[in-house]
Amino acid sequence: MTTGTDTTTVRRSVIVEVPVERAFAFFTEDIGKWWDPNHHLLTEPLAEMIFEPVVGGSIIDRGVNGAESRWATVLAYDPPTHVAFSWSINLQWQVESDLAKTSEVHVTFTPQGESSTLVELEHRHLDRHGPGWESMRDAVGSPNGWNLEPFARAVLSSA
Amino acid sequence: MVADALVALADPTRRRVFELVAEHPSPVGRLAEQLPVSRPAVSQHLKVLRQAGLVHEDRVGTRHVYRLDSAGLGILRAYFDSFWERSLAAFKEAVEQTDPPDPPTAQEAT
Repeated sequence: MTTGTDTTTVRRSVIVEVPVERAFAFFTEDIGKWWDPNHHLLTEPLAEMIFEPVVGGSIIDRGVNGAESRWATVLAYDPPTHVAFSWSINLQWQVESDLAKTSEVHVTFTPQGESSTLVELEHRHLDRHGPGWESMRDAVGSPNGWNLEPFARAVLSSA
Repeated sequence: MVADALVALADPTRRRVFELVAEHPSPVGRLAEQLPVSRPAVSQHLKVLRQAGLVHEDRVGTRHVYRLDSAGLGILRAYFDSFWERSLAAFKEAVEQTDPPDPPTAQEAT
């Protein structure tokens, strides 16, 4: 068991019935077509999401009145098999500019035949969010423990 | 159900009532003693929490004791705990429903 690292990583996977190139392109350039529109850090409604397809680029949420939130930095961009970005959100659900204090989301796309793709997501290094990091882990995916505050903050900040 | 719970918890005082019930199953009177609001106000908050499936009411002798509703909380917990699970499910649904883009025709290509 590698529970030492497992506790700071959240893993999820899904099989999608499309070719790997299509899965990768849709996950990245069409992120606004599948991302939950209630999950953003803007104080105004979300208008669009932009995924800059280059290492060092950003994922940008843009509001209906033009406000922008650059809440992720692209760390790896290797179509059609791997993409990674920072989770540049602090425990107060604000954008964190110090990459050393952000966790990482790694997504790999593995062909399963010609028209099917395994999508594996790992949200790593959640402890980098600092004291209280467990609340971020719980907010994004752990079945272990939970408390109300991060939920409430997330809900209120996305209202 | 999830929406009802989220709306119910958006009120700070009601959230405090919920947190106190989470710490200890309690009758209305004991909750009111710990809060800067009247007993009828606490009762009203408990009613909203109960309708949202977050707490339920037990009769212990002649007292009514409020405790967390594990079924309702399970739904709320699933909603939050599986952010990535839900996101990947939404991704799957969207990518499989969307037709792939047509390759550019000779006329459109420059």
